[in-house]
Amino acid sequence: MSKVFIALQTNDDTRPIIESILSDNPHAVANESPAMVKIDAEGRMTIRRASIEALIGRDFDLQELHTNLISLSGHIDESDDEFSLYWND
Amino acid sequence: MDMQVPKKKLSLKERYTLMTRDLAWDTSYQPKEKVYPYAGYEGIKIHDWDKWEDPFRLTMDAYWKYQSEKERKLYAIIDAYSQSNGHLGVTDARYLNAIKLFLTGVTPLEYMAHRGFAHVGRQFPGAGARVACMMQAIDEMRHAQTQIHSLSNYNKYYNGFHDFPHMYDRVWYLSVPKSFFEDAMTAGPFEFVVSIGFSFEYVLTNLLFVPFVSGAAYNGDMGTMTFGFSAQSDEARHMTLGLECIKFILEQDPANLPIVQRWIDKWTWRGVRLLSIVAAMMDYMLPKRVMSWKEAWEIYFEENGGALFKDLARYGIRMPDCAAQIAKEKDHLSHQVWATFYNYGAATDFHTWLPDAEEMDWLAQKYPDTFDKYYRPRFEFWREQADKGNRFYNKTLPMLCQTCQIPTVFTEPDDPTKICYRETTYKGDKYHFCSDHCQHIFENEPEKYVQAWLPVNQIYQGNCFDDGVDPGAPGFDPLAAVLEHCRMVHGRDNLDFEGSEDQRNFEEWRGMSKRNA
Amino acid sequence: MQIDLRTVSIKPLRHTYGHIERRFGDKPASRYQEGTYDLQPTHNFQYRPTWDPDREIFDASRTRLKMRDWYAFRDPRQYYYGTWTLARARQQETAESNFDFVESRNLASLLSPELLTLALDLLLPLRHVAWGGSMNNTAICAYGYGTAITQPCMYHAMDHLAIAQYLTRIGLLLGDAAALSSAKEHWLCAADWQALRRLVEDSFVVQDWFELYVAQNLVLDGLLYPLFYKVLVEDELSMRGGTAIAMLTQFMTEWYAESAKWVDAQVKVAVAESPGNAALVSDWIAGWQARAVAALAPMAERALGERADAVMDDLAQQFAARLAKLGVNA
Repeated sequence: MSKVFIALQTNDDTRPIIESILSDNPHAVANESPAMVKIDAEGRMTIRRASIEALIGRDFDLQELHTNLISLSGHIDESDDEFSLYWND
Repeated sequence: MDMQVPKKKLSLKERYTLMTRDLAWDTSYQPKEKVYPYAGYEGIKIHDWDKWEDPFRLTMDAYWKYQSEKERKLYAIIDAYSQSNGHLGVTDARYLNAIKLFLTGVTPLEYMAHRGFAHVGRQFPGAGARVACMMQAIDEMRHAQTQIHSLSNYNKYYNGFHDFPHMYDRVWYLSVPKSFFEDAMTAGPFEFVVSIGFSFEYVLTNLLFVPFVSGAAYNGDMGTMTFGFSAQSDEARHMTLGLECIKFILEQDPANLPIVQRWIDKWTWRGVRLLSIVAAMMDYMLPKRVMSWKEAWEIYFEENGGALFKDLARYGIRMPDCAAQIAKEKDHLSHQVWATFYNYGAATDFHTWLPDAEEMDWLAQKYPDTFDKYYRPRFEFWREQADKGNRFYNKTLPMLCQTCQIPTVFTEPDDPTKICYRETTYKGDKYHFCSDHCQHIFENEPEKYVQAWLPVNQIYQGNCFDDGVDPGAPGFDPLAAVLEHCRMVHGRDNLDFEGSEDQRNFEEWRGMSKRNA
Repeated sequence: MQIDLRTVSIKPLRHTYGHIERRFGDKPASRYQEGTYDLQPTHNFQYRPTWDPDREIFDASRTRLKMRDWYAFRDPRQYYYGTWTLARARQQETAESNFDFVESRNLASLLSPELLTLALDLLLPLRHVAWGGSMNNTAICAYGYGTAITQPCMYHAMDHLAIAQYLTRIGLLLGDAAALSSAKEHWLCAADWQALRRLVEDSFVVQDWFELYVAQNLVLDGLLYPLFYKVLVEDELSMRGGTAIAMLTQFMTEWYAESAKWVDAQVKVAVAESPGNAALVSDWIAGWQARAVAALAPMAERALGERADAVMDDLAQQFAARLAKLGVNA
């Protein structure tokens, strides 16, 4: 099974996002580099709006991800509540 | 009063459809073939543009909101960085030479992508695809400009940044990126998106903007880090667009498969050759290194690109044939390219140097099978000669590959001691190549590649001197005339880093920043 | 804001890039200048486009207009990506609060059914006109010559797309998805929209990009925006109790006022360059203006009845005055 990944800048905005990704996707692994973190996951990774909101205590629009996103791989499935990356193999 | 009927809330997808493709209609006063004249000639068959899946669903209001936030942050950092003389905080002024290559070789490609996506953003008959391409067209302008603006401050204090658009059209090694992008842009609209979306975005920008830019951060270059990461956040959308395009084309008609496969084969190799410059930047030009070129390659090409190929396998796409050679070359590429730049350091718009003992140990550790065996002896010999005052600058013009335009310096895939040459004859003329794959690319489209503007051949034909220069005059120095034509200042922009004005100024200024004058 | 941190005072070797210095002298340059001038490659093109083999990738002969320096086309707003995005984001915030205001107070319910129908009938088919404007400006960016004029055309294309999206939101706020589809039906079939649709479709096949610039940005928009957003929405519908609608089209009104200044500056420069250019531009205007006026008249009539003729005359006069200021012989 191939890995998908998402890379985010490391700053105060992304801290809760990274935390929620890692807790919603127990198979995901965070790799830190200077100024960035790359999260890899086999097959599929899902980012949930509700989990981020629970951590930050305010409404969160998943499109806010764009502000601190560096890169990603995989197909994307985007709805109001979830943002998923996956491969079809 | 009548009752308020609660409106059905539209989903993100439904709403986005109304905001984009529903704006379009099938023209009836003008035939489709005249409105979208370039949609058919590549042979790609599209039956139903409605099957297009929008990659990201950003409407203009959201686009402006998030992009303006990114821009605000970016320019605040650029301002702070230049106001505080941030350039004096980079690890070593040698580092800046990588950034000169970036500005002269990559930034103009961002501009080309801007115009290229405007072209396909007008020409695709499917409105959903057009909107995504239009958005990419302005994003690419953003990248060109944020790079120019971030690096503007370096240009004020260091040499080699000063004439990037002029050089892009003229300097010998810059014809490598230039011919790459012009190849894509002169192709049909479908090949353009496959080539740029796949080869440029999925593979190249990830390698350039993720590990290289992380390396920039590691070397104290906040400016580059900021524009780099900020640009790549748009690239995430662009990669998704590229991937969607390939999937969409393949799903539309089985007859599209061989065409797309040929493009993927071609552009994988074109991309690999272009990236050899980035390989040298990562292994040789960063004073502090996050990872080797080879490691970055394994993550972003082998693992990530491999995942893409596995995913596309269900459409019948297979790994390109050149993958075997690519795997063999990853241990050699950066060393061979840096050795070439060191050789031709009198004709580069940046400074060159030899890796020091510690750096060679690092290279030996990262390239255990090749560095000590093939490359260390070469660098040590050159060091010895330079120390004796015999620094050799090659002034003989090299033979260029007709396709990728890199001097034919790469070795045989199975023999790293033997330079690889290939040639073919077309309509009575002989053409030279660096590899089997560049030769095949030529043979698939000879009418295109015979047009190539090869800098070396053009210099010999006398087309690279300023107007009024007389190559027949006594004492005529062709290299000096070419440099002048490129607006490269001899002794200032080129030659060794050791002893350069950049080196002197950086040391002096840095000294001032640490002491009271 | 410039802060002198007094850390190190070092003298720069140069103030700007070489190509900027050759144009403006060695002094600190603006971000607009550095992000615009001489960015487009001009020399040593590698291959001819397979889609246009008689020309280079960037080729000045894609229009009959002739300029000694294509960078004479300066944008008075000095938009580069950053300033354009920030300006639009601010306008978008205002637009957003206007939409919120109308929605949260349910102002749509205060509109009479006749007025609501009229507003939707007039405005919603304009989604498609704006979409056409977006396509045409994308084409000018692709095939034009010199970043000074191609760059703002891409921003203009996105602005048109945004306007089409605001109109869509108006449709969804004052009506529903069905309102959008019935307006599209009108656009495609209703007799009074066909002259306009024909004009827009004909503009899609114009080959000369500066003619397209004149047809779309100067003539069509120069007549359509004042007619629809000023006369019909701000004056007529407001007078009949539809102020809420004018709030929803505020973006278009402000955008038109701003971008018309840019359009004027471009046309002025083109015309002043040579009598040959002036003759071309005035021919292009003449051809497209007559068609645009005829195409817009049915909508004026629909909203204004017998007052339409006077309004159209007025519009033509204002447009003639605008052209006179640009040095165009109408």
